[in-house]
Amino acid sequence: MAFDSFSAFIAMEGHGPYVWACYAVFFVLMAVLMAGSLRSRKAMVESCRRGYEFQADKSKVASAPASSASFARVNVSQD
Amino acid sequence: MNAETRLAAQLASSRVGALAAMKGVFARDMKVAFRQRQDLLNPLLFFIMVVTLFPLGVSPEVSFLSQAGAGILWVAALLSVLLSLDHLFRHDFDDGTLEQLVLQPQPLFLLILAKTTAHWMLTGLPLVILAPVLGVMVHLDGNSIAVLCLTLLIGTPVLSLIGAIGAALTLGLRSAGVLLSLLIIPLYIPVLIFGTGTVAAAAEGASVGAYLALMGAFLVLALTLAPFAAAAALKISLSNG
Amino acid sequence: MWQIFHKLGSPKWFFGISTRFMPWLLAGGVLLLMAGVVWGLAFAPKDYLQGNSYRIIFIHVPTAFMAQSVYIMMASAALVTLVWRMKLADVFVKAVAPVGLVLTFLALFTGSVWGKPTWGTWWIWDARLTSMLILLFLYGGVIALDRAINDEKSAARAVAVLVVVGVVNIPIIKYSVDWWNTLHQPATFKLTEKPSMPAEMWVPLLLSVLGLYLIFGWLACVRMQTEILSREQRTRWVKEFVLKGRV
Repeated sequence: MAFDSFSAFIAMEGHGPYVWACYAVFFVLMAVLMAGSLRSRKAMVESCRRGYEFQADKSKVASAPASSASFARVNVSQD
Repeated sequence: MNAETRLAAQLASSRVGALAAMKGVFARDMKVAFRQRQDLLNPLLFFIMVVTLFPLGVSPEVSFLSQAGAGILWVAALLSVLLSLDHLFRHDFDDGTLEQLVLQPQPLFLLILAKTTAHWMLTGLPLVILAPVLGVMVHLDGNSIAVLCLTLLIGTPVLSLIGAIGAALTLGLRSAGVLLSLLIIPLYIPVLIFGTGTVAAAAEGASVGAYLALMGAFLVLALTLAPFAAAAALKISLSNG
Repeated sequence: MWQIFHKLGSPKWFFGISTRFMPWLLAGGVLLLMAGVVWGLAFAPKDYLQGNSYRIIFIHVPTAFMAQSVYIMMASAALVTLVWRMKLADVFVKAVAPVGLVLTFLALFTGSVWGKPTWGTWWIWDARLTSMLILLFLYGGVIALDRAINDEKSAARAVAVLVVVGVVNIPIIKYSVDWWNTLHQPATFKLTEKPSMPAEMWVPLLLSVLGLYLIFGWLACVRMQTEILSREQRTRWVKEFVLKGRV
């Protein structure tokens, strides 16, 4: 430990505000970036799922009468 | 038959050499520009006005102006080149000439080089010619004015060449003008630094040969690389539809 | 060889493998960063010249280092986009550019706050800070161009051209800013260049650099996956992944 007490650690011989401001901004921004990235990924998964469910409902309705032609989208793999 | 389609037809129909094609593009750009003289004057007026702002906004003191003059002139020249870049491809893009140029058998980067040369002759060169007058107005001494003009002469073609990349990238986009500035200004910084630095060195009595050679190296680098990048960017922007 | 190359470019393959690695990247990154930061803040000895303010180094250097390496990585990926039109490469560029912007901002912010106790002023036109500022502009330009072009494919290729042009310019910018700096003010005090740093200082620094590197890897994976999901949502494999909850 480079400091004698906890209060000395916080004060850092007068340089505390600078050091702690830097670390605070760093951790807050990184946390926002990480949480934001995770959230937009989750939102994207959710919107995909909703899209597929909507599609499934539609094709169920469309294919119910056996005689009529179905216009459900055909998924073409592109990978 | 208007000038645009005639040019395209000329280039495509016969087996025109690359040099002849460049000449054709260059001559056409000059002709079109001289038909709209106001467009030629605007960057120059802008240049003069920006320089005027500094004595009014900061200080008309001789000591300040003679020290900051070279920087003021360089920044003003940089901004007015930036302002004129939007016109480099815009007109040809709107009337379809650009698509014709891309389809020509001659390499596109040579045609872009010709267009950029025309652009420099119409904006950069007049700035260089105008610079001594403004140099006197901001109290630069004779030696500094001479060096300043030399740096502008070497530097403004670099500005046009780098600017061509940005103009090609932002072609056909909304608010292309502001975006163009955002993309290009960081790339202009080395030219600005060496342009003004050379004048500062001259004012201190140092020899400027090495600095001018370095700026010449920038020019050679920009001449060899920028047309390729601009050609690639142009093809992407045109395929954007 | 070409098969591996092809596989590397397949979004599906990437999705599978990155999902497996992500928890390790995150855990390792947070652990290393925390170790480096705590060591640096509480246990590393005080700098004899700058006192305790030097402890900012343990986040300033990692962010500055990452800000620059992210741009180099983006440029490599952009080159791959232009030459081989690999899908994953332009996904990478797009996903990572905002991360680079944030890291550059953090490097600037910490550098400037560090400047206050050392130079007595918040901002100094020091060569390093100025280069960082220009790097911030470059990142801003990349993001602005990407946002401005609606078509995904041409956005990716246009951004790739811009990034490559930028990376050719970075050494020139760095060199000219260094020259400009010596012209205007002879360097009096350097922030990070010390002839020899004791191990109690550089080991935590190394730890936090590594930690931030891993966290960046995790961020890149998460953001690339988001981008891939958005681009490939019409494909069968994404549908399978989503409906079976494998995402």
